[in-house]
Amino acid sequence: MTLYTILFYVLAVVIVAATVLAITRRNMVHAVIYLVVSFFGSALLFYLFGAPLLAALEVIIYAGAIMVLFLFIIMMLRDVNLLEKLFPLSQWAPAAVMAVVYLVVGTVLILTDPGARAPLTGAVATPREFGRFVFENHWLAIEIVSLLLLIALVGALYLGKLSRKSAAPQSEGKP
Amino acid sequence: MIVSFGHVLVLSGLLFLLGTVCAVARRNLIMILLGVEIMLNAATIAFVGAALRWHDMEGQVFVLFIFAVAAAEVSVGLALIIGMYRRTGSIDPNNFNLLK
Repeated sequence: MTLYTILFYVLAVVIVAATVLAITRRNMVHAVIYLVVSFFGSALLFYLFGAPLLAALEVIIYAGAIMVLFLFIIMMLRDVNLLEKLFPLSQWAPAAVMAVVYLVVGTVLILTDPGARAPLTGAVATPREFGRFVFENHWLAIEIVSLLLLIALVGALYLGKLSRKSAAPQSEGKP
Repeated sequence: MIVSFGHVLVLSGLLFLLGTVCAVARRNLIMILLGVEIMLNAATIAFVGAALRWHDMEGQVFVLFIFAVAAAEVSVGLALIIGMYRRTGSIDPNNFNLLK
């Protein structure tokens, strides 16, 4: 048991606990805040695994941008927190049983596989060599991803405009 | 040595399962989208662990692309949710039954 091993288990417990709390909250704002904690834990895990650039990106993109976007949207919607009816127990009990079976079988498979018992030894990909690697070997994929982000931006703008135009006459008709 | 590779896979699988439960069991479009985010995050943990296991940076490059796809997916998804909320006044997927 080295210090890194203890750190890994502590982080794993924090991540799983925060995620469980997040998916069981009724209040969506609380759920998003718990998820931010979970993503911070993931960022620390990335740092432990020798990916400092990805750790920074996880904090900036996931915990920063995406979760704040969720918070904005939740605050734009009015009183949707109140009544979310859960499915009756008889409906989701089979799904829960299958999930537990999957978890047990997967865990046994992974833990009995000799290839999975290989210890992880420390190695760090510094941002400089990681950036060189990306832009030397995957520059085309980076360009395609930038195009994808542009298309997502245009699509989100178009959807926003479209829904405002179609919703305007309805909202006028309401008292 | 940090930890054996199997434990990283178990953690990632557990997180993926939690995300699936959130996406399937909740009746709230925003929580469903959050479940998808949890699943993507679980996949990134598996990729970074594998990158360290084989000392190969390809896994980390893939995580970069997963980040970009997650950002694109969440922006378009939230725009769709806002559109449906303006149209029906609700974010319960059971109320979206215009085609019935």
